[in-house]
Amino acid sequence: MEQSHSIGHFGPYGGRFVPEALIGALDELEAAHNAAIIDPSFQKELAELHLTYTGRPSILTRAKRFAEHAGGAEILLKREDLNHTGSHKINNVLGQALLTQRMGKKRIIAETGAGQHGVAAATAAALFGLECVVYMGEEDTKRQSLNVARMKLLGAEVIPVTTGSKTLKDAINEAMRDWVTNVETTHYLLGTVAGPHPFPTMVRDFHKIIGEEARAQVLELTGRLPDAVLACIGGGSNAIGIFHAFIPDASVRLIGFEAGGDGVETGRHAATITGGSPGVLHGTRSYVLQDENGQTIESHSISAGLDYPGVGPEHAFLHDSGRAEYRAITDAQAMEAFALLCKTEGIIPAIETAHALAGAMIVGKELGPDAILLINLSGRGDKDVATAADYFEVPL
Amino acid sequence: MTTALEQMFVQVRKENRAALIAYIPAGFPSAAGCKKVIEEFAKAGVDAVEVGFPYSDPVMDGPTIQEAASIALAAGTGAKEVFETLKSAHEAGLPALVMTYWNPIEKFGVSAFAAEMARNGGSGVITPDLTIEESQEWKNATSKAEINSIFVVALSTTDDRLVKVTNECSGFVYAASIMGVTGARTSMASGAHNLVSRIRKVSTLPIAVGLGVSTREQAKEVASYADGVIVGSAFIKLLLEAKSEEEGLAAVAELAKQLVAGVRQAR
Repeated sequence: MEQSHSIGHFGPYGGRFVPEALIGALDELEAAHNAAIIDPSFQKELAELHLTYTGRPSILTRAKRFAEHAGGAEILLKREDLNHTGSHKINNVLGQALLTQRMGKKRIIAETGAGQHGVAAATAAALFGLECVVYMGEEDTKRQSLNVARMKLLGAEVIPVTTGSKTLKDAINEAMRDWVTNVETTHYLLGTVAGPHPFPTMVRDFHKIIGEEARAQVLELTGRLPDAVLACIGGGSNAIGIFHAFIPDASVRLIGFEAGGDGVETGRHAATITGGSPGVLHGTRSYVLQDENGQTIESHSISAGLDYPGVGPEHAFLHDSGRAEYRAITDAQAMEAFALLCKTEGIIPAIETAHALAGAMIVGKELGPDAILLINLSGRGDKDVATAADYFEVPL
Repeated sequence: MTTALEQMFVQVRKENRAALIAYIPAGFPSAAGCKKVIEEFAKAGVDAVEVGFPYSDPVMDGPTIQEAASIALAAGTGAKEVFETLKSAHEAGLPALVMTYWNPIEKFGVSAFAAEMARNGGSGVITPDLTIEESQEWKNATSKAEINSIFVVALSTTDDRLVKVTNECSGFVYAASIMGVTGARTSMASGAHNLVSRIRKVSTLPIAVGLGVSTREQAKEVASYADGVIVGSAFIKLLLEAKSEEEGLAAVAELAKQLVAGVRQAR
């Protein structure tokens, strides 16, 4: 299924809804990205970083004991948690840091929810000698204090954002205000496949290596394509990264799991596609959690990284076209899967990722023991130990 | 069809002066207080009013307007209240505009919003985050409703793009004087004058300068080269700092008078 849309759009979604002051920087970034894609020296440099810094290709793990709780289906975990910095986020930041260098900018800013993107951005900034400022909702600095400390150790300045819901949405607002002001010297290293064009396309391009590797690995291991590819969705970067290579494979179901919080019916959730409607947020048209006046509704999730009332525009398009499915997983379902993966496989996943694992338990039962499910294990859960201990009432 | 806004700019051009355009978010400092602010604007001789549609994620606004928007939103301000405020500005005899981020328009319905603007006596809408590339449906709706569509240009807007953006504007061109968010600045950067000169080369529309103007001296300086001076945060700051609404209104009235005098002294 080829998308024949105007540049920067996915059907009616995507585009640019930004202050005019940012247009020049977005054009510059788009040009840098377009030049880099066809530049063998850029690709070589990025491949070298993947090999010698990130630790790519990430491996595929067969989760046999976990699979007993997922209808006996073959469960294959794409281990992005084993990347340097502990999540898929490093793929994107290295790509964008290289582009920052090419554009001659010396300062990067980033937003972060769970802190995974902030840590990855701070890491890339250290590696490339860039000044780095990370905006993080004050609420998130509390529930992800380990990652705040990591960013600071890496030399980044972490600015707690005290406006609005004090979470990822407000961190993005603050980062955009910084960017509007300092755009000449600063690159906004956006961490997900949302925001104005070219971010949704560019960030996807930096993450699509996940699916390209996984597709070849699954074929080699099992001799066939998986029946379904599963990932958690906040903004949707890890999901689009693993989905993208499979989009032309019509037999492969693509299933994204949104954060259902206390349950979509309670209104306390972050399931943007399941419980939202089309609108514009943070520079792009996609699904948004909004009220009748177009005001953004605050999202809720135990997972800071999924606690976002928007979603990448390509997911909105994949949803409407029927190519991908999106379902909601509650906090309770996610935490059950979190605990189960710890005890059955000896892998502590990020709570974000646990939403995809909970999805695997459901889809595995639906499809039965002959099915092969590929799950993006997008991040490790070290950062979530305090949250999990609190949830399970384990004294620390 | 000429809007009240367009007529106003013709008039001030005859008087060889710039217009003073004042901004206030609907529902701030309260629903009734906002209407009183607009009455003070009218009494002081302000030339047009911009009614802000308070929005949950105002990425172009500094802390002052953010706080005002939060107060207005907490009081339940929505499209209905925005149009009521617009109507009261129109009834006070001022050309009335709405300034809004795009999503509230999209949610209300693009054609419906333009029609409702016209029905309440509005002259036009300023859309700071609607790029011209995404504006086709809106342009059609504003043409049909016979209201102005005002886009913002920035210091970083290239000459090529200035042509494209100003071609989509009607009523006036909104020139953002600085790279940054809304809010009072102690000094005006020199970039605004240069930007206005660049716009003059490609457009015959009136040009109003916004962002950072807060004093009579700044208004006077901008009014020496622009057709309009837009002031927002400075009024809001006074209302936020006042001990009572009455005190705030008095301070707003005084500043409005100063600014009105400033634009008349410029040439």
